[in-house]
Amino acid sequence: MKRTIRLTVNGREHSLEVEPRLLLAHLLRDDLDLTGTHIGCETSLCGACTVLVDGRAVKSCTLLAVQAEGRQVTTIEGLAEGAGPQQLHPLQEAFWNEHGLQCGFCTPGMIMTAHQLLQENAEPSEDEIRHGLEGNLCRCTGYQNIVRAVQSAAAEMRER
Amino acid sequence: MMATTVPKQIGARIRRKEDPRLITGSSTYTDDVKLPGMLSMVLVRSPHAHARITEIDVSEAEGMDGVVAIVTGADLEGTVAGLPVAHTLDELKEPPHRALSIDKVRYVGDAVAAVVAVDPSRARDAAERVHVGYESLEAVVDIEAATEDGSPLVHEEEGSNIAYEFPFLAGDVDEALLNADVVLRLRLMNQRQIPVALEPRSVIAQFDRGFGKMTLWSTTQIPHLLRTQLAVGLGFPEHSIRVIAPEVGGGFGSKLNVYAEEFLTAHLSRTLGRPVKWTADRSEGFLATTHGRDQLNEVEVGVDGEGRLLGMRVRMLQDLGAYHQLLTPVVPTLTVLMLPGCYRLPNLEVHLSGVFTNKTPTDAYRGAGRPEATFLIERVMDHIAAELNLDPAEVRRRNFIAADDFPATTATELVYDSGDYESALDRLLELADYAGLRREQEERRARGKVMGIGLSTYVEICGIGPSAALPAGGWEACTVEVRRTGAVVVKTGISPHGQGQETTFAQIVADRLGVSIEAVEIAHGDTDYVPEGIGTFGSRGLAVGGAALSLALDTIRAKVKKFAAHLLEAHEEDIEYEGDRLEIKGAPDRFVTLEDVIGAAYLATDLPEGVEPGLAATHFFEPPNFTFPFGAHLCVVDIDPETGEPTLRRYVGVDDCGNVINPMIVDGQLHGGIAQGIAQALFEEAVYDRNGQLVTGTLMDYALPKASYLPNYELHRMTTQTPVNPLGAKGIGEAGTIGSTPCVMNAIVDALSPYGVRHLEMPARPEKIWRAMGSGASK
Repeated sequence: MKRTIRLTVNGREHSLEVEPRLLLAHLLRDDLDLTGTHIGCETSLCGACTVLVDGRAVKSCTLLAVQAEGRQVTTIEGLAEGAGPQQLHPLQEAFWNEHGLQCGFCTPGMIMTAHQLLQENAEPSEDEIRHGLEGNLCRCTGYQNIVRAVQSAAAEMRER
Repeated sequence: MMATTVPKQIGARIRRKEDPRLITGSSTYTDDVKLPGMLSMVLVRSPHAHARITEIDVSEAEGMDGVVAIVTGADLEGTVAGLPVAHTLDELKEPPHRALSIDKVRYVGDAVAAVVAVDPSRARDAAERVHVGYESLEAVVDIEAATEDGSPLVHEEEGSNIAYEFPFLAGDVDEALLNADVVLRLRLMNQRQIPVALEPRSVIAQFDRGFGKMTLWSTTQIPHLLRTQLAVGLGFPEHSIRVIAPEVGGGFGSKLNVYAEEFLTAHLSRTLGRPVKWTADRSEGFLATTHGRDQLNEVEVGVDGEGRLLGMRVRMLQDLGAYHQLLTPVVPTLTVLMLPGCYRLPNLEVHLSGVFTNKTPTDAYRGAGRPEATFLIERVMDHIAAELNLDPAEVRRRNFIAADDFPATTATELVYDSGDYESALDRLLELADYAGLRREQEERRARGKVMGIGLSTYVEICGIGPSAALPAGGWEACTVEVRRTGAVVVKTGISPHGQGQETTFAQIVADRLGVSIEAVEIAHGDTDYVPEGIGTFGSRGLAVGGAALSLALDTIRAKVKKFAAHLLEAHEEDIEYEGDRLEIKGAPDRFVTLEDVIGAAYLATDLPEGVEPGLAATHFFEPPNFTFPFGAHLCVVDIDPETGEPTLRRYVGVDDCGNVINPMIVDGQLHGGIAQGIAQALFEEAVYDRNGQLVTGTLMDYALPKASYLPNYELHRMTTQTPVNPLGAKGIGEAGTIGSTPCVMNAIVDALSPYGVRHLEMPARPEKIWRAMGSGASK
C-alpha cells in the first residue's frame, strides 16, 4: 500500500508516493536521482549515505522515507546552495585542498557528518574530529587528510 | 602569439582534477546508472559451507509479481562457461567454477540461482521463495586439516584438496642450516582479511539486439581483461563488447577479477533483451567478493654468530578458498619471489601448497603476496636480534644488499633495479630519534610502563610487469591526441579508481607539451574509447601506464619539432622545445608556439615533407623488468598493562618510490596503505566457525579501522630512480601496506619482550596482548 509523503530536499518541495518499506536513501537515489548519496552497507555502519535532516546528520539508510515526512533534507548536491554558482561549501573546498578523498565513495557522507560536527563545535581538537567521524568509514585515506580537511574547513568557517 | 612560461608541474603538489565531481555528488558510479527498461538481478546463495544440492524449486518464486526470469546452473550449461583463472603454473587442478553451482555448494555465499525482476525489492522477495534442498556435508575449514588424508574434499573429482605444489630451491639449505651457529624456527599466520572497498560491487549489462552489441558497466579494475573473458566465457565477438568502468569506489585487488555476476547479467540481458543490473549489499559482498591473505608459514632459518642469514627453509600453505578466482593461485607465488626482502640470502628452499577449503576464494588484496613475504622476513630479523641480543637495526644492517650491489640478483632470480636500503634505515633512525626512543623505553620500563619500538625495512615488487612473467600481458597502452583547439586528450589503458592519475598524468602532459593542466583530459575505463589496456593493479599505474604515456609524448614532441623546423625553415635538430615555445638554438627571437604548430598540423596546407596531418600518437610500453620501491618504517606502541590495549603513538616512514609526480598523492597512497597494514596487525580478521560460517560477515563484526583507531603518519622520502621506465618512477600503491604490518607487530613484540614474549599472532587485540603479558607463553 503506497503512501503519499511531502518533504523538502535541497530547498525544493516534493510530494511522492512511496512504499512504506522504502528507505530515505533509496528515495533520494531512485526517486529523486540524487545519486551523490551513496549506499555502502545495509547495517548503518559505513556512513556513506549520511545526509542532513533538519540540519542534523542522519544515515539515510536508517530512516524510512515516510519518517522524513515534513522534514528538510540536504544532500551533498545541495550543500553549497546559496554559496553562488560554481561555488563550493568550505568543507568541500577543504576536502579538495587537503586531499581528503581518493575514490570518493565515502566523501559525501563524510562531509555531511563533518558538517554537523562543526555546527556543534566550531573549533574541534584532532581527537574530537576523529571521534566525531567514527560513524563514517573510509578505506582509502587512512583518515589523516580527512582530519586535516575538517580542521581547515573549521578555520575557514570561523573566519566567515 | 607570445609564448608563455608554464611553471613545472611534475613534482608539484597539485590538487586533483577528479575531485570537483566527487565532492559535489556529481560523479557516476555503476549503481548510479539507470537505463530504460532495466531489470534487477538478485542471487540465491548457499547458507551452507559444504552441501549437496538435492533440489531447486523455483515454481513459487516464478509466479510472483514482477518476476521476469529465474535461472539455475543447469540452465547455463553449454551457454555460459566457468569463471576463468589466469596463471603460469606448470600444474594446477582447475575444477569447474560455475557462475551458478550445480550438484554441490562449496562455501557460504556460493550462488545457486539468479532471480530477475522489475525492481530490486521484487527480485529480493522472489529470491527468498526459491526453495533449495541441501544435504549438508562436513566442511573443510582448517587449512592444515584440509591437507590430511581422510579430509573431506572440496572437489571430490580432484582426489585431494591440494590444488598445486610450487617447490623452489636455490643453493643448499641443508648445508647452510648445518653450518649455522643458530637455527631459529617460527610459525607465522597471515590471517584472512576482507578487502572492503567502500563501494560494493555492481554490474549492469545491456545487450543491443540490433547491433549485437553488449555493453557492460562494472566496478572493475580491469575493463579490458574483463572484455576478453566475457568474449571467451559467453561466446561474444570481443569487438562487440564494450566494458565501462565508470567511477569506481576503491578496489584494493577485490575488483581485479572476473566475477559470476558479470557473466550472469550479460547472459540474462542477452536472453531477455533488457538491461540487467546487480548490486551487492555489504553482507553479500563479505561472502561473495574475494578475500585476501590466509597464508601459513613454517620457517627454519640459519644464521651465523653475527646474525647474518645463511639459509632459510619455508613450508607455505595458502588457503585458496573453495575455487580459483582470476589470480588466486598466483598470489602466493609472489610471496615466494619476495622472501629475501632487502637482504642477502644465499640459500632458500620453499615448498608452497595451494589448498582448497570451504571458504570464500582468496585473491589479490593490496600487496598481494608481498605483505606475507615482508612480514615473514621482518619477523625473522627481529627473532635473530632477540636470539643474539643484538639491536634489530644492526641485524638488518648486517644483512642488507649494499647500495653498490645494484642491479642485484636475488636467490629467487629477481633483479632488483635500484636501491639503498641502509640509507633509508639510517635516515629513519635519525628522523625518529631512535636512540632517544630506546632511552625513553628504558626509563619507562623502569617505571613499569610497557612501550615497544618496531622497525621494518621493506622492498616490494611493483610496476607489474614484464609480459613474460604474467598470465595476461603486462604492457600498457596510451594514446595522446592534441586536438585542433589545443586540448590534449589522453586515453590510457589503466583504470584508476581513486589513485589520482587524471591529475598525475595531466601534470606529465603539461610539462612535456607546454600546456596547462586544465587543457588536458585523461580518459580511462571505457574499452570503446580506449581500445587497449591491462588495468590498474600491482602499483603499475604510473610505472607502466605512465611510461606508455611518456612514449606517446615523445612521438608528439618529435612531430611538433618537425613542424616547428618547417615553419621556421630550420633544421629539426636545431629546434629547442621548452614550455609551449619552439625556438632556434642560439636565435631565441626566432620561434613559433605550440599553438602555431597545432594550426599548421590541422590546416595541413603546408606540411613538412613526408609528414601526415594531425597530432596524435599511440604507444604500447612493455616493461623490461619490475620496479622495486623500498623504505624503512618505525612505530612506537604504548600498551596499557591493565587491559592490554595498544596505542600507536608514532608512525614514521622513509619511503623511496623513485621519481615523484605529485607528492600529495604519493603521501595519500602511503597513508591509506599504512592504515590497511596497521589494520592487519591490530584489528582485522575474517573468522570462520568450524562449520564454515563467516562470523565476521558485517561491518559490525569485521573490525575495519575508524578514524579514532589510527595515528598520524610522519612521512619522509628518498629518491632513487629506476632505469626500468622513462619516468624513473617505481609505484607507491602498495608500499605502505607492505611495510606497516611487520613494523607494528615488531613493536608489539618488542613491548612484550620483558614478559618473555617472542611472538604473537595477528591481529594483536588487547585480550591477546593481555594474556601474553600474563603467561609469556608465546615464546
